[in-house]
Order: sequence, then structure tokens, then C-alpha cells
Amino acid sequence: MTQPIISVREVTKRYPGGREALSGISMDIEAGEFVFLTGHSGAGKSTVFRLLAAIERPSSGSVLVAGQNVSALSPRGIPFLRRNLGLVFQDQKLLLDRSVFDNVMLPLLVTGQPYRDSARRARAALDKVGLLDREKTRPVALSGGEQQRLCIARAVVNRPSILIADEPTASLDSEYADTIMGMFRSFNQVGVTVLIATHDRQRLEQGRVVRLSHGRITA
Amino acid sequence: MNSWLRHHFQSLQQALTRFAEAPLASLANIVVVGVVLALPLGSYSLLSNLQFYAGSVPTEPQISIFLSTSPGRADVAALETRLRNAEGVRSVRFVPRDVALTSLKRLPGLNEVIASLRENPLPDAFVVTLTSSDADTAARLEVQFRGLPGVGTVQVDSAWVRRIESLLRIARSAVLMLALLLGFALVAVTFNTIRLQVLTQHEEIEVSKLVGATDAYVRRPFFYQGAALGVAGGIAALCIVQAAMLVFNTDLARLGPVFGILPVLRLLSFQDSLAFLSFAGILGWLGTYLAVSRHLLISEPR
Repeated sequence: MTQPIISVREVTKRYPGGREALSGISMDIEAGEFVFLTGHSGAGKSTVFRLLAAIERPSSGSVLVAGQNVSALSPRGIPFLRRNLGLVFQDQKLLLDRSVFDNVMLPLLVTGQPYRDSARRARAALDKVGLLDREKTRPVALSGGEQQRLCIARAVVNRPSILIADEPTASLDSEYADTIMGMFRSFNQVGVTVLIATHDRQRLEQGRVVRLSHGRITA
Repeated sequence: MNSWLRHHFQSLQQALTRFAEAPLASLANIVVVGVVLALPLGSYSLLSNLQFYAGSVPTEPQISIFLSTSPGRADVAALETRLRNAEGVRSVRFVPRDVALTSLKRLPGLNEVIASLRENPLPDAFVVTLTSSDADTAARLEVQFRGLPGVGTVQVDSAWVRRIESLLRIARSAVLMLALLLGFALVAVTFNTIRLQVLTQHEEIEVSKLVGATDAYVRRPFFYQGAALGVAGGIAALCIVQAAMLVFNTDLARLGPVFGILPVLRLLSFQDSLAFLSFAGILGWLGTYLAVSRHLLISEPR
């Protein structure tokens, strides 16, 4: 049996002030899976996202991503973990004073890859999400759906083995949301493990669904 | 290694771009650093000039002995032997009165005064050089020589040189303290500048770290910026000081003929300037170090 690519064991996350966002959850995700993490708002989906990306540490329990114990990772190791992850943030985290192209270049430049190779790969990623003709625009000039596609392009430009998205379709109309989901599927088809946190129940078809409720896994 | 070097180059470029993006604010910063650094640098170069001129005066302790009467050749020889045999004496030189007059005539301005004299007012003299510069020896010999027959006035020549030297020593400490204080000021200025820059680029830093940038990567441009601020301020300080020295020199040139000498303030040497600039760069780097090590740790996982 192969080791799961993501393994969450007995994880509890308590915030200062005593609110418990996660209460001893466990879940495994195999390489190449397509998983929805769903639940009402405040159920703990975003907390799982932040634990996997080492933005936060669990209060107890362990989080393993690609064989690395994220919960015990030293600050020095965190950048190297994140380079293997494609992250799509709920609040997008786009740099508004940089062009679309430069936003996609960022993950490549921080790893110190040659500019020419990086530019080629950034354009390939932009092409995949259909934004190649907008590379010189600033993100503010893009529509909400285009901004979300830009986030996806930035997440996949490093060719990560795992793609994790937090509410990627939250503010989009249903047609646009379908397009975005289609993109995630196409990445999954080439072997990328995809985990999507969403409260959108209409789009849970064709994938494993993990339900969170009040910090516990219910299904 | 190659990509590491490339990022260093990019960081330098980025630092210069940030200067260019806010030229007025950057210029103001550079001027502040320049003025702050010009104070100790200017005092240092004035001091080293003083030291240079003080150094051209013999610091060896000397005692001048002026004879009261014009003695015969035999008396001079006898006195010279006694002086030579005194304890603590290195050498003895006899200066006959006409030789002293001739050398005085060589000084500009004095020639006419001397020509108007009917006879030579100068006494014969001995110049005695001592082996050690301690005040006790000089004082002991002064008393001893005063008691010798035919001796009029005894004068310890090196006393004022030593006084200047101790004054210079105090001035050196003062300049050192000034440099230390204003070095701190430079560190504080870069600290504030870089901290502000970190705050304004807070988002860029956060996103870079989220997509896998290391702390070193994020900090590097700031280090270049801080060091560049130090070096640019240093260049400004050098310009200020050299310009001030040139102004002083024109003033001195105007004064020169009055005193018959032409003192010229020497500008800072190339090596000194280079050392000074690297020092300014290091201080800028230090200010950055303090600013970024505090501010970039906040985004670590909670």
C-alpha cells in the first residue's frame, strides 16, 4: 500500500481565546485523488488549508504532506514545502501593483530559476487558464473570474504535485465556476492531487467528499 | 550557485529601482546620512591635518641654552664637553650668534628689520637634544645647565609640542566618540528607512513567502538597499567634506602670505575614502539587519 500524500492525524486547532476550530480530525488523501472538503462556513475548512500550507501549526496532532511532517517543520523548511504545493487562496493574494505576467513569475523567481525558462513556463501556465493575451494587464483590470484563473495559473506554474484551493468559486457565477472546476479537473487528470475547500454543494460531483461540521469530520 | 548570484544581481537592481521610484524621499535620506557622516569625517580630516603639521615639528625634547656673554673659543669647547657629558644628553650643537642671525635673515619679512639693527642682538647658543622625552629629565637638566658658568637663559623647547600632542590626543578621543555616536545615528536612520520599506512592501513579502520564498530571499533586496543608502550617504559626506576643505584652502591661500607660510589642508586619500565608504556601507547593512530580523519573523506559523 502506498503512503497517502496528505495525512492528517488527530489534529486539534485551538485559537487564542479558546475557540476550537478543529477537534481531533483525521483524514488521508492518496496521490492523484480529487477531494472536496466541504461544510458550513466556520466549520474549519480554511483552518485545514492553513495547516497544510504551514501558515498555522496545529495545537496537537500531526499533519503530513508528501512525507514531510508539516506540524514539526522548522521555519527554514517551510519555503521548500510550499514549493511543492499549489495554493489558491480565498483572498487571492495577488500583487496588484504588478502585471499578470509578473504575478505568475513570482513563484519561479523565488526559487531562483533562470528568467528565460521561467518566462516560458509562466506563459504556458497563463495559456492553460486562457489569460495569455492579458499578461501585461494589472490584476485590478481583470474580472473576478479572470482573477481566479490568474490565481490558478500562479498555483500551477511550479508544476506542484498537490493543488489546494480555498473557496475558489465563492464569488463567481455558476458558469464561471464550472470553468474553474474544469481546470482543476484537467490538472487532476495529469496526476496532480487536488483538494478543494468549498461550501458550494452544487459542484461536489465526481470526487470524494469530506464533510466538516463544527471542527469534526462527519462524512 | 548561478541562480544565487543572479538573485544578488536582481536584488541590487531592485534596490536601485526603489531609489529611482521615490527620488525625492531617497535624496532626503541620502542627505541626512551625508550630513550625519560629514561631521565625524570632517573632524577626522581636520585632525589628521593638524597631526600632519604637528608631526613636521621635531618632537624630540630639546633644550636651548643661550649664553650670557660672548665667550672665547676655549670656553665654548669646555662648556660643550660638560653639556655632552651630562646624563640624559644625546647630542649637542653649537649655534654661533652670526649663524643664528643669518638664518633669521632668511625668514621673509624679517630681513628689513634685521638690516636696520646696528649690531647683532643674538647670543651664542647651544641646542641640546635629550635622550628621553620625560619631563623629569628635562627639568633636572634645565636646573643643571642654568648653574653652568656663562649660561644666561635655558629654555625647554619641546614643552609646547608635548602640550599640542596631548591636546591632539584629547581631540582624537572626541572625534572617535563623535564617530561612534553618529555611526549609531546612521544605523538608526537605515533601520527606520528599511522598516518603513518593509511595512509598505508587507503584501509583497507575505505573498512571496506563501509561494515559497526563503527569508534570505526576501531580505536580500533590503540589505542591498540599506548598504546602498549607507554608501550613497558616504559619498555625499565625502563631497561635503572635500568641498569644505577646498573652501578652507582658498581662505588659507589668502592668509598664507601674511604669515610667510602656505599651509594646505590635504584632502582625504583614495584609500581613506574607500575605507570610509565601506564602513558606511557596513553600518547601513547593520541597520537593515536590525530592521528585517524583527519584521520578517512575524509571518511564521502560529
